[in-house]
Amino acid sequence: MPTPTKGPRLGGSPAHEKLMLANLASSLFKHGRIQTTETKARRLRPLAERLITKAKRNDLAARREVRKTIGEKDVFVSLFEEIAPRFANREGGYTRIVKTGPRKGDAAPMAIIELVEELVVAEEPKKKAAAKASAKKAAQEDKVAVLSGEADEADEAKA
Amino acid sequence: MPVPKRKMSRSNTRHRRAQWKVTAVATVPCPQCKSAKLPHAACGVCGTYNGRQILAV
Repeated sequence: MPTPTKGPRLGGSPAHEKLMLANLASSLFKHGRIQTTETKARRLRPLAERLITKAKRNDLAARREVRKTIGEKDVFVSLFEEIAPRFANREGGYTRIVKTGPRKGDAAPMAIIELVEELVVAEEPKKKAAAKASAKKAAQEDKVAVLSGEADEADEAKA
Repeated sequence: MPVPKRKMSRSNTRHRRAQWKVTAVATVPCPQCKSAKLPHAACGVCGTYNGRQILAV
Protein backbone atom coordinates (compact mmCIF):
# COMPACT_ATOMS: atom_id res chain seq x y z
CA MET A 1 0.00 0.00 0.00
CA PRO A 2 1.47 3.39 -0.93
CA THR A 3 2.10 5.84 1.90
CA PRO A 4 -0.51 8.60 1.88
CA THR A 5 0.71 12.14 1.31
CA LYS A 6 1.11 14.19 4.45
CA GLY A 7 -1.07 17.25 4.92
CA PRO A 8 -4.42 18.33 3.55
CA ARG A 9 -5.40 17.93 -0.12
CA LEU A 10 -5.46 21.08 -2.24
CA GLY A 11 -7.60 22.24 -5.12
CA GLY A 12 -10.57 20.57 -6.73
CA SER A 13 -8.92 17.45 -8.15
CA PRO A 14 -5.65 15.51 -7.99
CA ALA A 15 -4.61 17.06 -11.31
CA HIS A 16 -5.27 20.55 -9.95
CA GLU A 17 -3.29 19.78 -6.82
CA LYS A 18 -0.36 18.45 -8.83
CA LEU A 19 -0.30 21.51 -11.04
CA MET A 20 -0.54 23.93 -8.12
CA LEU A 21 2.31 22.24 -6.27
CA ALA A 22 4.45 22.15 -9.43
CA ASN A 23 3.82 25.86 -10.03
CA LEU A 24 4.62 26.67 -6.40
CA ALA A 25 7.88 24.71 -6.69
CA SER A 26 8.84 26.58 -9.88
CA SER A 27 8.10 29.91 -8.23
CA LEU A 28 10.14 28.96 -5.18
CA PHE A 29 13.17 28.01 -7.30
CA LYS A 30 12.76 31.12 -9.44
CA HIS A 31 12.46 33.67 -6.63
CA GLY A 32 14.17 31.93 -3.71
CA ARG A 33 11.36 32.82 -1.33
CA ILE A 34 7.60 32.99 -1.81
CA GLN A 35 4.71 33.99 0.39
CA THR A 36 1.76 31.61 0.31
CA THR A 37 -0.75 30.08 2.68
CA GLU A 38 0.69 27.97 5.44
CA THR A 39 -1.14 24.88 4.15
CA LYS A 40 0.36 25.21 0.68
CA ALA A 41 3.81 25.88 2.12
CA ARG A 42 3.59 22.73 4.23
CA ARG A 43 2.59 20.68 1.18
CA LEU A 44 5.27 22.31 -0.98
CA ARG A 45 8.18 21.63 1.35
CA PRO A 46 8.58 17.84 0.78
CA LEU A 47 8.13 18.22 -2.98
CA ALA A 48 10.68 21.02 -3.28
CA GLU A 49 13.23 19.20 -1.11
CA ARG A 50 12.84 16.00 -3.12
CA LEU A 51 13.43 17.98 -6.33
CA ILE A 52 16.59 19.55 -4.91
CA THR A 53 17.88 16.14 -3.82
CA LYS A 54 17.30 14.86 -7.35
CA ALA A 55 19.03 17.91 -8.79
CA LYS A 56 22.02 17.20 -6.55
CA ARG A 57 22.25 13.67 -7.97
CA ASN A 58 22.35 15.26 -11.45
CA ASP A 59 22.22 12.22 -13.73
CA LEU A 60 19.99 11.71 -16.74
CA ALA A 61 17.31 9.82 -14.80
CA ALA A 62 17.20 12.53 -12.13
CA ARG A 63 16.98 15.26 -14.79
CA ARG A 64 14.02 13.50 -16.41
CA GLU A 65 12.29 13.00 -13.07
CA VAL A 66 12.65 16.71 -12.24
CA ARG A 67 11.58 17.67 -15.75
CA LYS A 68 8.23 16.00 -15.06
CA THR A 69 7.50 18.62 -12.40
CA ILE A 70 9.48 21.70 -13.44
CA GLY A 71 8.24 22.80 -16.86
CA GLU A 72 10.02 26.16 -17.12
CA LYS A 73 13.37 25.69 -18.78
CA ASP A 74 15.23 28.58 -17.13
CA VAL A 75 14.05 27.47 -13.69
CA PHE A 76 15.09 23.89 -14.48
CA VAL A 77 18.57 25.02 -15.53
CA SER A 78 19.03 27.29 -12.51
CA LEU A 79 17.91 24.47 -10.19
CA PHE A 80 20.67 22.22 -11.51
CA GLU A 81 23.34 24.88 -12.07
CA GLU A 82 22.89 27.18 -9.07
CA ILE A 83 20.60 25.77 -6.40
CA ALA A 84 21.82 22.15 -6.29
CA PRO A 85 25.58 22.98 -5.92
CA ARG A 86 24.65 25.50 -3.18
CA PHE A 87 23.30 22.67 -1.04
CA ALA A 88 26.15 20.25 -1.75
CA ASN A 89 27.10 19.90 1.93
CA ARG A 90 23.57 19.92 3.33
CA GLU A 91 21.64 16.69 3.73
CA GLY A 92 18.03 17.77 3.48
CA GLY A 93 16.39 20.73 5.18
CA TYR A 94 16.84 23.00 2.19
CA THR A 95 13.77 25.12 2.91
CA ARG A 96 12.49 27.20 5.81
CA ILE A 97 8.87 28.06 6.58
CA VAL A 98 8.14 31.12 8.72
CA LYS A 99 4.55 31.99 9.62
CA THR A 100 3.58 35.58 8.96
CA GLY A 101 0.08 35.86 10.43
CA PRO A 102 -3.38 36.02 8.85
CA ARG A 103 -3.99 37.48 5.39
CA LYS A 104 -6.13 40.58 5.05
CA GLY A 105 -9.37 39.72 3.29
CA ASP A 106 -9.95 36.11 4.28
CA ALA A 107 -7.69 35.80 7.37
CA ALA A 108 -5.95 32.78 5.84
CA PRO A 109 -2.81 31.96 7.83
CA MET A 110 0.12 32.94 5.63
CA ALA A 111 3.72 31.79 5.64
CA ILE A 112 6.95 32.52 3.80
CA ILE A 113 8.80 29.52 2.42
CA GLU A 114 12.37 30.14 1.35
CA LEU A 115 15.50 28.30 0.32
CA VAL A 116 17.95 28.38 3.21
CA GLU A 117 21.44 29.84 2.96
CA GLU A 118 24.47 27.92 1.88
CA LEU A 119 26.04 25.92 4.69
CA VAL A 120 29.31 27.84 4.70
CA VAL A 121 31.88 25.87 6.68
CA ALA A 122 30.81 22.67 8.36
CA GLU A 123 34.18 22.21 10.08
CA GLU A 124 34.03 25.51 11.99
CA PRO A 125 32.67 24.09 15.28
CA LYS A 126 35.38 21.41 15.28
CA LYS A 127 38.07 24.06 14.94
CA LYS A 128 36.59 26.00 17.85
CA ALA A 129 36.53 22.85 19.94
CA ALA A 130 40.13 22.14 19.02
CA ALA A 131 41.11 25.70 19.94
CA LYS A 132 39.35 25.34 23.29
CA ALA A 133 41.06 22.03 23.94
CA SER A 134 44.48 23.50 23.14
CA ALA A 135 43.73 26.51 25.39
CA LYS A 136 42.76 24.15 28.21
CA LYS A 137 45.94 22.18 27.69
CA ALA A 138 48.01 25.37 27.80
CA ALA A 139 46.26 26.47 30.99
CA GLN A 140 46.91 23.13 32.60
CA GLU A 141 50.56 23.28 31.60
CA ASP A 142 50.79 26.74 33.17
CA LYS A 143 49.31 25.37 36.38
CA VAL A 144 51.78 22.53 36.36
CA ALA A 145 54.59 25.00 35.72
CA VAL A 146 53.45 27.20 38.64
CA LEU A 147 53.28 24.21 40.92
CA SER A 148 56.73 23.05 40.02
CA GLY A 149 58.16 26.57 40.30
CA GLU A 150 59.18 26.65 36.66
CA ALA A 151 57.07 29.73 35.99
CA ASP A 152 59.34 31.88 38.17
CA GLU A 153 62.35 30.68 36.28
CA ALA A 154 60.63 31.43 32.98
CA ASP A 155 59.81 34.97 34.21
CA GLU A 156 63.39 35.49 35.21
CA ALA A 157 64.58 34.27 31.84
CA LYS A 158 62.19 36.80 30.19
CA ALA A 159 63.47 39.63 32.37
CA MET B 1 -40.69 18.93 8.75
CA PRO B 2 -40.78 20.43 12.29
CA VAL B 3 -40.86 24.21 12.43
CA PRO B 4 -40.99 26.67 15.39
CA LYS B 5 -44.53 27.24 16.58
CA ARG B 6 -44.03 30.67 18.13
CA LYS B 7 -42.04 33.76 17.36
CA MET B 8 -38.99 33.99 19.63
CA SER B 9 -39.21 36.97 21.98
CA ARG B 10 -36.59 39.75 21.80
CA SER B 11 -35.69 38.86 25.37
CA ASN B 12 -34.92 35.25 24.52
CA THR B 13 -33.02 36.33 21.39
CA ARG B 14 -30.96 38.78 23.38
CA HIS B 15 -30.28 36.28 26.14
CA ARG B 16 -28.97 33.87 23.53
CA ARG B 17 -26.88 36.52 21.82
CA ALA B 18 -25.48 37.72 25.14
CA GLN B 19 -23.48 34.49 25.22
CA TRP B 20 -21.58 35.41 22.04
CA LYS B 21 -18.23 36.56 23.33
CA VAL B 22 -14.96 37.39 21.66
CA THR B 23 -11.67 36.38 23.15
CA ALA B 24 -8.53 38.43 22.91
CA VAL B 25 -5.87 37.13 20.48
CA ALA B 26 -3.04 35.46 22.37
CA THR B 27 0.17 37.43 21.79
CA VAL B 28 3.69 37.32 23.05
CA PRO B 29 6.21 40.19 23.23
CA CYS B 30 8.65 40.27 20.32
CA PRO B 31 12.18 39.50 21.58
CA GLN B 32 13.59 42.20 19.26
CA CYS B 33 11.22 45.18 19.53
CA LYS B 34 9.02 44.14 22.52
CA SER B 35 5.80 44.81 20.58
CA ALA B 36 2.99 42.25 20.74
CA LYS B 37 3.16 39.56 18.07
CA LEU B 38 1.54 36.20 17.34
CA PRO B 39 3.38 33.28 18.90
CA HIS B 40 5.50 31.19 16.49
CA ALA B 41 5.17 33.83 13.75
CA ALA B 42 7.33 36.64 12.39
CA CYS B 43 6.86 40.02 14.12
CA GLY B 44 4.74 42.38 12.04
CA VAL B 45 6.48 45.49 13.39
CA CYS B 46 10.18 44.69 13.07
CA GLY B 47 9.79 41.72 10.68
CA THR B 48 12.11 39.38 12.55
CA TYR B 49 11.65 35.80 13.64
CA ASN B 50 14.20 33.87 15.68
CA GLY B 51 16.71 36.72 15.27
CA ARG B 52 16.38 36.62 11.47
CA GLN B 53 14.94 39.38 9.27
CA ILE B 54 11.98 37.75 7.49
CA LEU B 55 9.78 40.64 6.34
CA ALA B 56 10.96 43.90 4.82
CA VAL B 57 9.95 46.80 7.07
